[in-house]
Amino acid sequence: MSIFRPLVALLALATLPAMANADDVSSLRAELQAMKSDYESRVEKLESRIQQLETASTAAADAAAAMPPEPAPPPPPAAGGSNAFNPSISVILGGSYTNARRDPADWNIAGFTPAGDEIGPGDRSFNLGESELTIAASVDPYFTAQLTAAITGENEIGVEEAFVRTTALPDGITAKLGRFFSGLGYLNEVHAHAWDFVDQPLAYQAMFGGQFQQNGVQVKWIAPTDLFMEFGAEVGNGDSFPGTRRDRNGFNGATLFAHVGGDVGDYASWRAGASWQETHAEDRNAFVDPLLDGFTGDSRTWVADAVFKWAPTPRRQLKVQAEYLRRSEDGVFTFDPAGIALPVGYDNTQEGWYVQSVYQFAARWRAGLRYDRLDSGIPLYRPLDPNAVDFGPFQSQHPERVSVMLDWNPSEFTRLRMQYDFDDARDDGTVFSKNGDRVFRLQYLFGIGAHGAHKY
Amino acid sequence: MKTLRLLVAVLAVGAVLPAQAAMKVLATTSDWGALTRELGGERVDVYVATTALQDVHRVEAKPSLVARARTADLLVATGAELEIGWLPVLITESGNSRIQPGAAGNFEIVSALHLLEIPGKVDRSMGDIHPLGNPHVQLDPHNIAAAAHALSARLAQLEPAQAAFYQQREKDFETRWSAAIARWEAKAAPLKGLPVVIMHRDQAYLCHWLGLTELASIEPKPGVPPTAAYLGQLVSKLGASPPKLILVNAYNDPKAASWLSERVHAPVVTLPFSVGGDDQAKDLTSLFDDTIDKLLAANK
Repeated sequence: MSIFRPLVALLALATLPAMANADDVSSLRAELQAMKSDYESRVEKLESRIQQLETASTAAADAAAAMPPEPAPPPPPAAGGSNAFNPSISVILGGSYTNARRDPADWNIAGFTPAGDEIGPGDRSFNLGESELTIAASVDPYFTAQLTAAITGENEIGVEEAFVRTTALPDGITAKLGRFFSGLGYLNEVHAHAWDFVDQPLAYQAMFGGQFQQNGVQVKWIAPTDLFMEFGAEVGNGDSFPGTRRDRNGFNGATLFAHVGGDVGDYASWRAGASWQETHAEDRNAFVDPLLDGFTGDSRTWVADAVFKWAPTPRRQLKVQAEYLRRSEDGVFTFDPAGIALPVGYDNTQEGWYVQSVYQFAARWRAGLRYDRLDSGIPLYRPLDPNAVDFGPFQSQHPERVSVMLDWNPSEFTRLRMQYDFDDARDDGTVFSKNGDRVFRLQYLFGIGAHGAHKY
Repeated sequence: MKTLRLLVAVLAVGAVLPAQAAMKVLATTSDWGALTRELGGERVDVYVATTALQDVHRVEAKPSLVARARTADLLVATGAELEIGWLPVLITESGNSRIQPGAAGNFEIVSALHLLEIPGKVDRSMGDIHPLGNPHVQLDPHNIAAAAHALSARLAQLEPAQAAFYQQREKDFETRWSAAIARWEAKAAPLKGLPVVIMHRDQAYLCHWLGLTELASIEPKPGVPPTAAYLGQLVSKLGASPPKLILVNAYNDPKAASWLSERVHAPVVTLPFSVGGDDQAKDLTSLFDDTIDKLLAANK
């Protein structure tokens, strides 16, 4: 700006001479000359400064160019299964082909109230099984999260698991929050695609409708010992068979479990445990008999589980597992013939167990055998009105099943399986009797994407 | 009185011990267990998750390993997804915040190495391919040296009061190891360019180090067992340029290799692959001694 002001002054001066006298003109000339030389020197100074700056920057650039390139950064540390920010996504596609001697629609477990619609051998012919979509990732340094959705052949989406889990709690403690398969027993936590047979053992089907899902919180502690010992406790809303939701605050039911495990030599390992679960049901539907309408009361289940694995070479493995489940329920059954709600006291203890073994006899082949047995117990119906007539004694029922399985696993992502069941769940006969059901199933399981590792 | 005094002494020692207790280390393979012992000496208490006769790709997160992961101060794993089938679940199940990914107690050997065979494109149709590169790094002793340097730094980081101890041990190891490498390389010089057939990509680093020429691999794709048809093709392919040796690892099923051996008239050499893979490979040094001795003996 200071440059423009003298310029304006110069222009103004240029118009002056006409009216100025000679004296003025000469003094003005002198002044002008002084100003001119002053500005010339200033411009010179500026020019020299600019030049200096230019040289300096070129020198810097030259120096930079002359310097050796920066050493290459070390290779990025290898990341784990999932990319740092994209969650691991996996899909398991499953399906089956079923041949059944008797109509699967009237399949039920004799002496047990139906435990939801996920039990039984399924429909005949080709069936699209559950497509299992799992998305998992770390949330932050403190939590990981996982969603497992099952998309059924009937075009429904169910949330199998949706939970966050802590990773930063001290002293071997982890907590889970959300919906997850309860840690009770051994098979309860195992997802369907990782089962060794097409379906769950009868005991799990009868007692938990397949698997006991917890909507709540789990806290687990692993003892700091060389012998594996874990202890867990869960509370939830009870919204999974044999419980129901209740119209009240607080939680419904609790689960406790403990497992111990270890090795036998270099090639064998084992795990055993005990679990206890208590829950409450309110108007739990019981369609087993058109007379029964609902059960309200307490349900307590004990589970004992044991697994043994022996892998003498990388291509051979023997796995033997067994579980025993025992459930006691007491409360009130409401009989509703023709709309007359008739409450009756109910008390029963039911049990079930299975033992199964799977042997990998070649790198890609596994064969399995399973025996299932249940005891329905003798239900005790007590009329609440002491004057009413007693229902009399009931018979206990003993559903049984024998399953044989063969599967072929060309890779760890593909499994093709056949299973044949001698099924006597419906009637109290013997498994191999003429009335017994015979179910033959072919099953496929294909996994794509980044699927997390399986538990023991 | 004597008993009481003894008891007090025992209790006093017991109270002091925790401060002096060795660092608990869970190593995924016997090689990393051996390396940690070399670097940590009596200051580390190492548990090795697998034996050399197991396939490290296919290990289960069994209860005993969860228990060891629970108490570990440091986990030494190969990384690059070698243990992806079991280690993530082990870390999660352990409830041990010290060894979670990103924590100082979670050390991956490959973080110190440049891997071979990093694939450009990855698809499961290519078999059990490792997208981050070939993780079977232990049979190149230069990898061991690089890993030792990084692992020693990690030990010192976890136990700063003992940093000088770990530095000294690493220096000693480095001196011994460089001398051993020079010895092995001189001894194995005649093997350079030797045509071999390998079993799986886990022998790639050995071939790379010794300059062996890989003619083919018995597995058509990583982790995919060979079919009869593929082996037939292999025989005709190798007819023109037969291998001198067929390399098999201790944990491999040797059937396909023996079948091929009869047809291409080249001996099968069973290498220990990892510390404990045979009776001679007792530690890292004897692992390399034994590997080179076996190769030289078979090449005679």
